[in-house]
Order: sequence, then C-alpha cells, then structure tokens
Amino acid sequence: MPSLGADMQEGTLIEWSVKPGDRVKRGDIIGVVRTEKADIEIEVYHDGVVDQLLAKAGETLPVGAVLAVIREEGEEAAAASAPAIQPPAPAAVPTPSAARLHVSPLARRIAQELGVDLANVQGTGPHGEIIKEDVERAAVALKKPPAEKRAAPEFRAGMRRAIAAAMARSNREIPHYYLETKIDLQKALKFLEAENQKRSINDRLLSVVLLIKAVALALHDVPELNAYWVDDQLQLKDAVHIGFAISLRQGGLVVPAILDADRKNLDQLMQAMRDLITRARSGRLRSSEITDATVTITNLGDLGVETVHGVIYPPQVALVGFGRIIEIPWAENGMLGIRPVVTATLAGDHRATDGHRGAQFLTALNQHLQEPEKL
Amino acid sequence: MSTAAAPLTYRDAIREAIREAMRKDDRVFLMGEDVGRYGGCFAVSKGLLEEFGPERIRDTPMSESAFVGAGIGAALGGMRPIVEIMTVNFSLLALDQIMNNAATFLHMSGGQFNVPLVVRMATGGGRQVAAQHSHSLEGWFAHIPGIRIVAPATLEDARGMLATALEDPDPVLIFEHAGLYNMKGQLPADGGPVDIDHARIRRAGRDVTIVTYGAMVWRSLEAAESLSKKSIEAEIIDLRTLRPLDEVTFLESVRRTHRALVVDEAWRSGGISAEISSRIQEKAFYDLDGPVQRLCGAEVPTPYPKHLEGAAFPQAATIAAAVEALVPAHV
Repeated sequence: MPSLGADMQEGTLIEWSVKPGDRVKRGDIIGVVRTEKADIEIEVYHDGVVDQLLAKAGETLPVGAVLAVIREEGEEAAAASAPAIQPPAPAAVPTPSAARLHVSPLARRIAQELGVDLANVQGTGPHGEIIKEDVERAAVALKKPPAEKRAAPEFRAGMRRAIAAAMARSNREIPHYYLETKIDLQKALKFLEAENQKRSINDRLLSVVLLIKAVALALHDVPELNAYWVDDQLQLKDAVHIGFAISLRQGGLVVPAILDADRKNLDQLMQAMRDLITRARSGRLRSSEITDATVTITNLGDLGVETVHGVIYPPQVALVGFGRIIEIPWAENGMLGIRPVVTATLAGDHRATDGHRGAQFLTALNQHLQEPEKL
Repeated sequence: MSTAAAPLTYRDAIREAIREAMRKDDRVFLMGEDVGRYGGCFAVSKGLLEEFGPERIRDTPMSESAFVGAGIGAALGGMRPIVEIMTVNFSLLALDQIMNNAATFLHMSGGQFNVPLVVRMATGGGRQVAAQHSHSLEGWFAHIPGIRIVAPATLEDARGMLATALEDPDPVLIFEHAGLYNMKGQLPADGGPVDIDHARIRRAGRDVTIVTYGAMVWRSLEAAESLSKKSIEAEIIDLRTLRPLDEVTFLESVRRTHRALVVDEAWRSGGISAEISSRIQEKAFYDLDGPVQRLCGAEVPTPYPKHLEGAAFPQAATIAAAVEALVPAHV
C-alpha cells in the first residue's frame, strides 16, 4: 500500500487492472486505491511480471502492506506459495475494468430503467457481480444530491480530516514567512493573445499556464524552494513537480502534481493541467501525482481573490499563491498607465530558507514573466 | 373410514384413497404384482383383498408390459383401473405400453378413445435398496405428451391425487416416494379429489425460490429452517404435478425472490430440473439477480452403502449450502 500523502495511514484497494502473469513496465497503472482524499491509480516502479495479487478488491490495508508481488522477467514464480496465500484461483476474481462487467439480468434491467451507469457501480454479489441492490443503491445516490452527501459522509469527512491533519501539522511545525509582489502581466498577456490566435479554440492556453511555467523556471534560480524538509534537513529536489491545488465540486481539495513542469512547453502544460483537473474531479489520479509534488501553487484568481497567503503542504518548503489578474493604474518611468497585474505571494518555510532567498525567487518569477517568449 | 384425529401414514392415506374409490365406483379395480395376498410390496393394499375380493384386487404375473397393457385395455373398455408397478425401475418394461399406447390413443383415434388409466409406482431412493430400486425416472415420463405426471409429497396429496386421477379421462401416472410411505400425519376426515393443476408454496420466503417435489420438499423445508437462522428466507415450491408443469406458480415466485434453486434427487443431465431451470431463464430472465442453480442426485447408479447413498442425494445441509452460495451474504 503506497503512501499517497504525508498523513495517509491506510487505503482501500478498489480494483486491480492487472492479473498474475501480466507483463508490466515502469509507469503502468496496475490498480486503484481509495484514500481518504481520492481514488488514485497505482503506478508500478519496476519492469516485470505480476506474480501474485495479495490484496483483494475492497480490502483496507495499512500503508506499507504488500499489495502484490512483481517478479523480474525470467525470475522463478513463487509457485508453491501462491496457492497457499490466495486459495481462490486468480482467474475467478473478476477484474471489472479489464473484463466484461458481471451484471445480473435484473440489475441490468433496473439500471436501464433508473438511468444508472453500471461502470460506476460496485458489485456485491456472491462473485462480485452487480446485483439489484447495488444498482438501487447507486440510483439513490444519483437521484438526490443531498442523499448522496448522506450516503458518503465518511469519504467527505475523511478528506476533511486529512486536510485538517496536514494543515495543522504545517501550522504547528513550519515557521511560515510571507512575501508579496505585484507583477505586470502586460507583455505576458499580449504574448498569450498572439499565441492563442495560432491555436484552435480547444487548444488555447490559459494565463495560469504562463504562471506555472514561470514558477518552474524561477525554482531553477532559487532551488532551495524546490525541496523537502525531512528530519531537520533540507533535501533539494532535482525534478520540478508542481502541485496544483484543485478544489472539488463536492468540497475539499486535492493537490496533484504536474510532473516535470520545468521541462514541459506551454501546450504540454496546458494539456497536463486539463487532464489533471478532469481526473481529479472524477477521482482518478495516479499515485505519483499525489505524492511527488515538490512545491505547490494555489491560484484563487478565478474566485476574485487578490492575494493568497497559503499554508505550506509538508514536507514541501514553499507555496506560491496567485490572485486575480486585475487592471490597475501603474506608474513607471514617471508615466502613468493601466496594466494587467497579478499579486504573487510566496509562503516560505523559515527553517529551509530566509526572506532574502524568497525575495530573489519573486524577482526571478517577475523576470520570467517579462520574457514570455522564453517560457 | 378414518377419523380426523387418528395419525396415519402416507401409505395409509393411499390405501384410504383406493378404498374410498372402490367403494364409490365399482368400475375401479387394482392390479399389479403382489397387490393381493401379499398386500403390496410397500403394504399399500394390505387388507383390500379381504374387503373387495380377488376380482377387484388382482395379483398379476411378473410382466409389467402385460399388466399395464391389460390396464389400458380395461380403461378403453370402460373400466377405471389402478395399476400398481413396484418401482419406477421396473416400469421401464411397460414404457412401450405407456408411451406408444396409453399416451397416444386419444390422438391417433382422432379423439374417439380416452384412456382413463391410473398407474401408481414407487420412486426415489434413501432406503438402501441399491441401483435397481432407487432411481427417480419420473422426469423421463414427464417428457411424454398425452399423460399427466403427479408426485404427492404430503398425506393429503397422496390420498387426494388418486381420487382426482381417477376422475381424469386420460392417463395419469402417480409417483409415490418410497421414502415417504412411513411418514406420519393427520388427514381431514372428508377425502375426495384435490386440485392437481397447481403447484403449492409450502413455505413463503423472500430471498430465494426452491423448486422441488416429492421427498425433496421435506429436505428443502429442513434446509429452509437452518437458513432462516442466518436470515435467509427460502420459498419452497412443491411442484406436485410434473406434467403439465405449473410454471406460473414458480415463475411468479422467482419474480419476487429473483433467485432460484431447483432441487431434484434425479440425475442432473437432461432431467426435469433442466426443464424447470430453462423455463425460468426463458420467461423470468430479466427478473433474475443470479443464475438459476440446480442441486441434483449424483450421476451414478444409486449406491448400496448407507453413507454413499446419502452422499448421492441432496440433503438438507447440501441444499442449505447451495442456497448460501446463491444468495449474497448481506441479503
């Protein structure tokens, strides 16, 4: 059971998407785990062959529990112990995502009548098949949004508890300092407008993509902010994985990472962000996206907020906040003009860095945004 | 005549029915192997020879084909014969008469000749009489159009079905379960015919329908009691008549419970259990919340040793286990 967050203690295996004998390579999705915050796709970190699936769908296991055994290609299968550990033949365990859904005729009929999508129904029949009750339960959740809230209070409460634990720890342990600067976005937005004219409506870039890329590049300039504070020591991170806070419609938030944001071009970033938002809201994030962020961006500009003073997500040491882009009177070189401006803030962990380095980061951020064509 | 209070056996109930019919209608007579002086190999006709005399209680030679054929002739001639065959295994010698004559005359005579024949025979296992006396072949007879097949499970049906069969203008085969002859019970004083067109719900339940007949009704009821302790309520359907099948009753039940188990001590392959299972999936498919299951006799000649014979037939414990495998644990 992978740790999918600093505060995660246990997770529930929702399903396997592989079976014993399947070849897997690094980065493949092999299953889905539900944490208190979301359903997360589990990636595999080694090439090999699935030897045994030890955890069963529906099982809740502590972090660190062995879910499956993957052997290297050519390595002897643990044939003798496999049946002893898991007597039912793996073939008998239905993998709903991989195979045809097992649905009773009655359940299928009722699902059609009630407009329930069977792909989202968890089967509880004698062999894991979807039966009448499962569809009826799903229909109740579907029909009445208030009833849905009642139906899944544990999940909501779980997410709230998880956020509470992480934020309380942050506030308790991390001596935050805050820096704030206004950044002129005139050049950046003009560049964006020109770029978007070259693109179809579907491929257009949003301004936040420029902000993300600029943060990623500024972290190259001030690497101490792209780091973890672990055991009273600063661990610099080579890769820049930017955690991007996404609020969920039903409440709560998740902070999946845009991996290697510094190495992606603007189109790739835009695509990555869209993909993350879609998957976060449908509860389908990958494990590495949840665990690997090295820094966090909170953008509350959409909501009209001007300035964000964020709380750092441990073990990270920095959080960059962006408010709304607004037009304000802007004096420069003795001239008054109107400029689109964003307020950028840095919340820094004072154990890891000082305000001086923080200020250098905001300056670098500003500089990158003044050269948008290099982003 | 018996009184309501006197405890009777299944055997007594059948004898009672034969006696009543013979007293009421002098066209009725009984014939078969050892039915007279010996009193019947299951003692059903004990005492009847003394009461009705050898003209009406007739011992026959050991030739099932001959005495069933004679019964058909008598029926065609206006009599109301009751022909007793010792066990269903021996009835195979009379299968030609039953199928090619009794079941077809009405059709082949263009509706001129009904055959009001009643054939009684013992069926079923559980008495350690091995592979030539223990099988349940009523499903084979239920394959044949032109005859009616009934299988009484209760004293009331054992008595009443014979009366109804004698009223029927066409052939009726009554399969008495040999394991039930000693079953005790009460009977209302007034006998007479019972409805044989409908199955009966012997126990109501909401979680699963068990479709069965004969001695398996009682095994299933026993299983239902143990299942009830686990909060699984089984509905038990006693088919009573195997041809024509009262599918309305079991289909309605399945539409309520959404799950079905057919319990039949006969062999599984090509048996009546397959017919029932097939009708459920044909006509109640969209009401099924799980596959229709069958629990049948082992496909072996019935073993003689007690423990092996027990293992060859559905028992209360195996019925309960089959239901538990079918019904989700949380129901």
